[in-house]
Amino acid sequence: MAELNSKIPKGELAQKWTEYKSHTNLVNPSNKRRLEIIVVGTGLAGASAAASLGELGFKVKNFCYQDSPRRAHSIAAQGGINAAKNYQNDGDSVYRLFYDTIKGGDYRSREANVYRLAEVSNAIIDQCVAQGVPFAREYGGLLDNRSFGGAQVSRTFYARGQTGQQLLLGAYSALSRQVKKGNVELFTRHEMLDVVLVDGRARGIIVRDLVTGAIERHAAHAVVLATGGYGNVFFLSTNAMGSNATAIWKAYKRGAVFGNPSFTQIHPTCIPVHGDFQSKLTLMSESLRNDGRIWVPKNKEDAEKIRHGQLKPIQIAEEDRDYYLERRYPAFGNLVPRDVASRAAKERCDAGYGVGETGLAVYLDFSESINRLGKNVIEERYGNLFQMYEKIVDENPYKTPMMIYPAVHYTMGGLWVDYELMTTIPGLFVIGEANFSDHGANRLGASALMQGLADGYFVLPYTIQNYLSDQIRIPNFSPDLPEFRKTETEATERLKKLMNVKGTKTVDSFHKRLGMILWEYVGMGRNAEGLKKAIPKIAALREEFWKDVKVTGDFNEINPELEKAGRVADFLELGELIARDALSRNESCGGHFREEYQTPEGEALRDDQNLMFVSAWEFTGENSEPVMNKEPLNYEFVEVKQRNYK
Amino acid sequence: MDLTLKIWRQKNASSKGKFVTYKVNDISPNSSFLEMMDILNESLVVKGEDPVAFDHDCREGICGACSLYINGRPHGPDAAITTCQLHMRRFKDGDTIVIEPWRARPFPVLRDLIVDRTSFDKIIQAGGYISVNTGGIPDANAIPIPKINADLSMDAASCIGCGACVAACKNASAMLFVSAKVSQFALLPQGKVEAAERVQAMVAEMDRLGFGNCTNTGACEAECPKEISITNIARMNREFLCSKIGAPKVKIGAGGF
Amino acid sequence: MALKYSSITKKVIMALAGLFLISFLIVHLSINLLILKNDNREAFNLAAHFMVTNPLIQTFQWVLFGGFILHILIGILLQIQNWLARPKRYKVEGYSHTSFFSKFMIHTGIVILALLALHLVNFFFKAKFGEIPSVMINGEHYEDMGILVIEKFRSLPFVLIYVFWLIFLGFHLDHAFHSALQSLGLNHSKYTPVAFGLSRVLAILIAGGFILIPVLVYIS
Repeated sequence: MAELNSKIPKGELAQKWTEYKSHTNLVNPSNKRRLEIIVVGTGLAGASAAASLGELGFKVKNFCYQDSPRRAHSIAAQGGINAAKNYQNDGDSVYRLFYDTIKGGDYRSREANVYRLAEVSNAIIDQCVAQGVPFAREYGGLLDNRSFGGAQVSRTFYARGQTGQQLLLGAYSALSRQVKKGNVELFTRHEMLDVVLVDGRARGIIVRDLVTGAIERHAAHAVVLATGGYGNVFFLSTNAMGSNATAIWKAYKRGAVFGNPSFTQIHPTCIPVHGDFQSKLTLMSESLRNDGRIWVPKNKEDAEKIRHGQLKPIQIAEEDRDYYLERRYPAFGNLVPRDVASRAAKERCDAGYGVGETGLAVYLDFSESINRLGKNVIEERYGNLFQMYEKIVDENPYKTPMMIYPAVHYTMGGLWVDYELMTTIPGLFVIGEANFSDHGANRLGASALMQGLADGYFVLPYTIQNYLSDQIRIPNFSPDLPEFRKTETEATERLKKLMNVKGTKTVDSFHKRLGMILWEYVGMGRNAEGLKKAIPKIAALREEFWKDVKVTGDFNEINPELEKAGRVADFLELGELIARDALSRNESCGGHFREEYQTPEGEALRDDQNLMFVSAWEFTGENSEPVMNKEPLNYEFVEVKQRNYK
Repeated sequence: MDLTLKIWRQKNASSKGKFVTYKVNDISPNSSFLEMMDILNESLVVKGEDPVAFDHDCREGICGACSLYINGRPHGPDAAITTCQLHMRRFKDGDTIVIEPWRARPFPVLRDLIVDRTSFDKIIQAGGYISVNTGGIPDANAIPIPKINADLSMDAASCIGCGACVAACKNASAMLFVSAKVSQFALLPQGKVEAAERVQAMVAEMDRLGFGNCTNTGACEAECPKEISITNIARMNREFLCSKIGAPKVKIGAGGF
Repeated sequence: MALKYSSITKKVIMALAGLFLISFLIVHLSINLLILKNDNREAFNLAAHFMVTNPLIQTFQWVLFGGFILHILIGILLQIQNWLARPKRYKVEGYSHTSFFSKFMIHTGIVILALLALHLVNFFFKAKFGEIPSVMINGEHYEDMGILVIEKFRSLPFVLIYVFWLIFLGFHLDHAFHSALQSLGLNHSKYTPVAFGLSRVLAILIAGGFILIPVLVYIS
């Protein structure tokens, strides 16, 4: 069994991080120059960490599979980033942001981590403004805020509908500056295949140069994974096509434990699926729920007619519309957290009130806001989103309501890390979405950007020094050590094996089938019976994959099929762990909704008595079942309550 | 829809490429252009042929990875979108579509439709940033910024670095890309501090990499998926002139500034 | 030396030289139009005499040459760099929406340059070094440049060549004025559209004005 020491500092909640920073070990400047750090991933977390570590003077190697660091999928985040600035004078505070995040996460995250996140949130905004991030402003020249789901204050900073892009470009520019200075060496179009352990510590990685196909060994004193979430395990998700779990999955198989794999977030406002050729789902920012009202027809007959194209939504009279979120949750209305909004949409569609050709969609209506505020205000706020919607769906959302449906968006689960963001493998750190994170069982909108940048700019640069401070006597590693050679051989052989299957079915076809299984049994609503079916189904699919997959092309060249095959092979293993975790957690919390555990009104029912812990899964071998470790969650500073958004 | 595709195929950077003609059938008008490419690739893989390699990632028009030159226009016939947002309803049944990679000396073809755009990263590394370290920053609201400038800065900052401007320009000039970054910072008080050094360093790097010169034809602006305006190019020219004429002599060291 | 200049500096030189050449064209045109005055070419000849004898104009003539040469050489240099920037061309290209004549500045420029040689041989060198009939104005002898022009423009092929040349000058000028302002960084949300209009008006007026002369001379 792995030993889970969360290393939470003692003391008052509000003092923990300050105390930690005051007493942690640091590395002096001349030693920093000798210490090497590998950062995998160039998203918000990776780029900000690599840049900050480079600024401190460490020798950093930064890897990404994309052709440029600027393309990491953080770029696609639309809505905004939270911070407890209280610029709006509406009663916000660090404590309130902390509390909303804990509550939004359905009491399945660590108090100390979340408080630290809320605490550094303000510094992130300062940092980004200094970097030239053009946040939205008011006419007086000060920063503007908008409100977001799960909060009663306006604390979200935004840059039109492209906040993620602007924050990432800020981090990318800081990273570029360090590249120019020679503190960071950049490796684009390089995909991490495995992590190398020497004497039980993470000492390097094996990567494949995606242009030449060459397998390379890179050594360092510490390895930081910032490789994002694994939502693509569902095939259809809002993740980028290349987003994958390989890095964290390989780390898991080398001994890092995996926290809460079943906590996946289904985002309520995505453009509905339109055909089986669909390659990905497009998110419509949650900020739309600020001004849009969600409804379905009150009468099944109307819904039926709409599905068959006999009725148009604008023909449904006001009294025949069911604004079900406003009806069920009068206090938060359309701004309930994502998991609640998603489940409510599914509930209505399952009950036969869904719209669209497939019946798997609900309306998001702006007519009331357009009448109240004017079309130009709506255009200013959401113009680019409306444009994007029209391009994809071919309907004008200014005239007819948008259709939306939930889709896989974010994974709260990830590699388990302690307060210092280190996994159970010493020297292996995980930041951003890739770790099991501060969001508990559900993430609030505009908090992912906050967490990625908090980890990269303000947390890891401190905590990693505590680890590195006793590594200063260790000379630079040679990537020629037998451990590196062995891991390299294993990684190469695995890819060669994939190429040599020479079966009949494409990689994508397997990926789609895996996605179908997961969406059906491990999606928005889960139950023991379904999960018990899913596990053997995934195992069987995996077996078939290794017997019948077809990978074309050569090893030593750009080969997208081979890249996909490696990623899908890992998804096929991860999918099973997600199902196992979902089956073991006999409660409903946040994004994990077990149909057996709900209140009479259909709300999630937690089991705080028995299940207030982090499930930390430990790999025990290819042919044996993983073991679950538990990190108990102690709530010393907040009262644990049933979430109530009514 | 049934379509004929003429696609540039090239094994690697050093090999000579050629156009290959493919037919795809029963394409839904609601599928995106890249989904049409996926369908083609699936059929190629089943036949045991190498699928067509092309860059793509987010498929929602923001990462800037996708980059096809479709029927003589970067990102295809529609304005203000990327290739991944282009939908097949824009084409007619029976159409022939010619698909080429970006063509520019600083964007060498790596395989099929994939080009190497690291030259854009190099331009940013030369000076596309504000030189602040992490931490120790005054409050975000300490300096008010006129909304109009923040908005103009945001207009410029929305560049996704896809390279369509270079691809569209008859001179393969990168002026729109460079000017967008120069403008973003020049419009903000935080960026003004080192504006002179920045514009000179970025322009020097752009020239060194072998991009063409701007002849003010406006093709870049017409093809930019984010509708970045060539007023940014004028602003960069202005910044550049002022920095040459007005500012003290700029020394750009090897390690940036 | 020009090779060392940044692309923007070269563009700025192009723009300044171009604006200078536009101002020259306006002066040249206004003198030429005098020939249409029904005063037995008197005003025109006086102006022509002034232009060839005034010491300030004579000095300035070299500046004008310099401007021409700079504009031409840097134009060619920029074009070569532009061609080099795209060694492999597209199979299908040119479907982007752009200002049409801007794409052919080098081509219209070359046509203008080629026929400029003819123009210089026929008029400029003749005026400078050739034998020109003499005419009496206010009791003094002046060179009768006017008659030289009128005689040349009696030949139809010559007139056609000139009209052709001047139309290309118009094409070239269509992308001149506003483009120069853009290169100089003079862009403004209010005034730039005006510059675009002005550019076209200049192109039509200058080319049209010059064309008027051979055509009217030929007809009369």
